[in-house]
Formats: sequence, structure tokens, C-alpha cells
Amino acid sequence: MREVSIIGIGQTQVGEIWERSLRDLAVDAIRAALKDAHLERVDALYVGNMLSGECIAQQHLGVLIADWAGLGPIEAVKVEAADASGAAALRMGYLAVASGVHDYVLVCGVEKVTDVDAETANAAWSSAMDAEYEAFQGVTMPALAGLLMRRYMHEFGVAREDFAPFAVTAHANGANNPYAMFRSPITAEAYAKAGMVAEPISMFDAAPLCDGAAAVVLCPRERAADLSNKPVHIRASAVATDRLAVHSRRDPLFLQAAYLSAQKAYLQAGVSPQDVDLFELHDAFTILAAMSLEACGFAERGKAVHLAKEGGIACNGRIPISTMGGLKARGHPIGATGVYQIVELALQLRGEAGANQIDCRLGMAQSLGGSGATAITHILEA
Amino acid sequence: MNVPRYWRSERTRYGLVGEICRSCGKPIFPPRDVCPHCTDEGQDVHPFGGKGQVYSFSTVYDAPAGYTEYQPYTVALIKLDEGPLVTAQLTDVDNEAVHIGMPVEMVTRKIKEEGENGLIIYGYKFRPVLESKSSRPDRF
Repeated sequence: MREVSIIGIGQTQVGEIWERSLRDLAVDAIRAALKDAHLERVDALYVGNMLSGECIAQQHLGVLIADWAGLGPIEAVKVEAADASGAAALRMGYLAVASGVHDYVLVCGVEKVTDVDAETANAAWSSAMDAEYEAFQGVTMPALAGLLMRRYMHEFGVAREDFAPFAVTAHANGANNPYAMFRSPITAEAYAKAGMVAEPISMFDAAPLCDGAAAVVLCPRERAADLSNKPVHIRASAVATDRLAVHSRRDPLFLQAAYLSAQKAYLQAGVSPQDVDLFELHDAFTILAAMSLEACGFAERGKAVHLAKEGGIACNGRIPISTMGGLKARGHPIGATGVYQIVELALQLRGEAGANQIDCRLGMAQSLGGSGATAITHILEA
Repeated sequence: MNVPRYWRSERTRYGLVGEICRSCGKPIFPPRDVCPHCTDEGQDVHPFGGKGQVYSFSTVYDAPAGYTEYQPYTVALIKLDEGPLVTAQLTDVDNEAVHIGMPVEMVTRKIKEEGENGLIIYGYKFRPVLESKSSRPDRF
């Protein structure tokens, strides 16, 4: 296996991007990443996307995007793993380069949800659940998170307000990210008063579904220095899964897939959680941020809310998370999110993160599919 | 949606019928061909008793199409007396009164309507356990 590096990154504005279509967004991100890598052609394209079939009646995205981005008749396929589709596409790109099959690979995550109404987009997102035994009962994605949050509050003796720091931190960081959907800070008081979506999940616990595209260019590490002044190296790439339905998991409050994929990643990189300088985690809901921190070894079980309360997750904290706004404030363009996390980690490791810059050498990203049934972890090094 | 998708699972949905694994003896719900505990393929049909307790719950204010009739409604994870967790809507209940540990029992109810001329789909929901008749005052 060869070591793999990131030599180009690109991203579009995240939000309700009325004037750009799915293919436009993908091409924008790809052209930016190719320009950053000083490359004109690649050997393969892996597209991360979840909802194009339901939202814009378009599949066959690999070829659509390769065609419209002018990439020629290359290998091009779409990869799907619900919310973790973008990270899954990166995983495929990583394997292609590491194995020696390809030298230069583009990975693009893209989602377009605002071409349909919110009800349709949310119903499509719900297909990340078990359609027959979860969604069938009228359970929405926020409700599924609500079931976890309520039980967590009960078992660990914490209040809804204790989750406020996750939302407040994300919004504070998003304020300094020019690509973020939400750029206004929020207060703990605003969090406490927020309207309920699926009690105890409020609008400030939930990340917004939105549009966006992000892309990275990969190559073998031995060639990275020749092509880029600031290559970022992929030290670990690991995927694990859990039972799809929450009710089938041994312990619904423990993200087994997140734990396993993090452990595999730590082993591959030869590091421990103490070595990680920042962690871009999957804060689709505040409760998932808390459970991810615990599953990955940054907090003991039931203690992540205390870590957050003590400022441990802020940019100057023990383990900064969501440093460019996270899913909560940057936005959650479902299939693109996993690639946004990688682009943001690369910005941090290249020292280009602006006002939110962290002194860092090693960063970790973890993307979850649905309520955590898929977990994909990558560790990057400057 | 076509009818076969629903009648295929009628027994499970109307009767809370699951399985007992022939190999490891564990109860399985919903039923599946490969035991999630021991991966054996042999199971015996097992109708669950339908009694359990609320393990967790969430009240939905933003219901999907087909489910708005009951909004706001509470969905729950129910810990069945036999062991498995089941995801289900609660019914015949005051949303404010639901609590973790609340004893509930399975009933068959309308789940959703697929538009004005579409199918009406039935399935299991759970309601608070009704008091037995003997404990009620005699009215007649």
C-alpha cells in the first residue's frame, strides 16, 4: 500500500444556492480543487452523494459530473453511504491511490436539496433509516436523534440546556467561515428558547439540510511534494458499521461504528486521541457530537457535555471540534459534508483557516451515516 | 406504493410476530432470516406478548407527508418484556404524560394514508397499559 496525500482542495458556498444546479456546484468545487493542485487531468472521479435520485431525479452522477467538469472518459462512479457518502467517496479514492491502481484521483461530495420543498428533502433524508421499521412509524431524522438525546439525559442525569455549548461553539466558529451557511453567533439563552422540531431536539440542536459541493485531489505521497507546497497526508482511513436500526443496537447510546472506525484509524496512524489536535465530527445533532466524542475516546461516557461546558471543544480548548462551523453552522449538504470536513481539516493543517486557525499538526475527521450506522474516520497530517 | 410491500409484512405489523432463534434461543424482532445474535439461519415464529416499557421517546412537531393527521405525536423506543427494543408511535396518550419506564401495550392502528386515493396502512402502535376492568368502579 502506498501512502496518499491531498494536493488540492475546493469548496462552494454552503446554503440555499438557488442559482446553481447540482452539476454546477460539483464543477465549481472540482475546478477549484484542480486549480489548487495545478493539475488538469486525473485518472478517476469518485462522487459522494445521497439524494440526487429523490431530489432532482438524477442518478448516474459519476459520468454526469466527469462530463460537465471536462474530465474526459475516465473512471467515474457515485458512492452512497447516507450522510457519510462524501467520506465514503474519499475512502474509495484513498483505496484507489493507495493500491496503486490510480495515481491522481478526484473526490467530490455534492448535494442539491433546495430544488424540492423541505418536506420532500427531509423524507429523502429519512431513507438513511430502516424504512420498514423506523421511518414507517413516522420517525424523522430529528426524532431519531431525539430518542437518543432523551435517553442520554435520563441515563447520565443531564439537562437539555447542557447541550447548548455544542451549538454555541459551532455558530461562533461558523461566523468566521466565509463558506458557512450560518455566520451569526447564537447564545445559550437563544438555544434554551429554540422551537422544538422533535422534542427534545430543537432547531438549534439540528444541522440544516442545504446545498453545497466540496472536492479534493489525491496522489501518492512520494509525488505530493513536487506538485504542492502544502501537501496534507492521509495517515489513516477506516470504515466501520453498526446495526442499521437504533433499536437493534446492543447499546443505543454507544456509537459502536464510530468507536471501531476510530480505533482502526488510531492503529493505522500509530497515534492516540491525545495526539489529535482537532476533530471535525458529525454534529448533525448536538447529541451525535456528544456521543462521537465519547466513542472516539475524547470523553468518558456521559461526560462529553461536561467537556463542552468547560470549553474543551472551543478552538482554544483541549479538543477543538467543528472549527469552521461544523454541520450545525457551516451546514449539512448531506453527501458533500464528509468532503467539507476534509477540506476544512486541510485548511487548518495548511495554516489557511483564518480567524479560526488552530496550531495543529494532526487532525481527525469522522463522518456518520444516518444515526451512526456507518462511521468513516480519516486522520490527516500536515 | 404497491400493495405487496405491505401484505408481505402483515403478520409482523398487525400481530407483532417475531421469532425465536433455534440456535441461540434469543427473541428476534423484527424477524429476519439471519439471527442478529448468532448468525444462524433457523428461527421459529414467535408472537410477542405486546407488553413493554418506554425506553425513550420524542415528540414530532414536523411530521412527514402521510403522518400529519396525528401531529404532534410521540414516537418511542419500547423495551418489550421479552427483551427486544421496538420503534413505534404511541397512541391514546397525552404527549405530556409520557415518561421513561411507562408501561405500554401494543395495539393495531392506522399508521398512514398514501394520499386521498391511496392505500391506508395499518400497523402496531403502543398505548399506556389500560387498567383491568375489575379495578374500575361498577357502573351498572
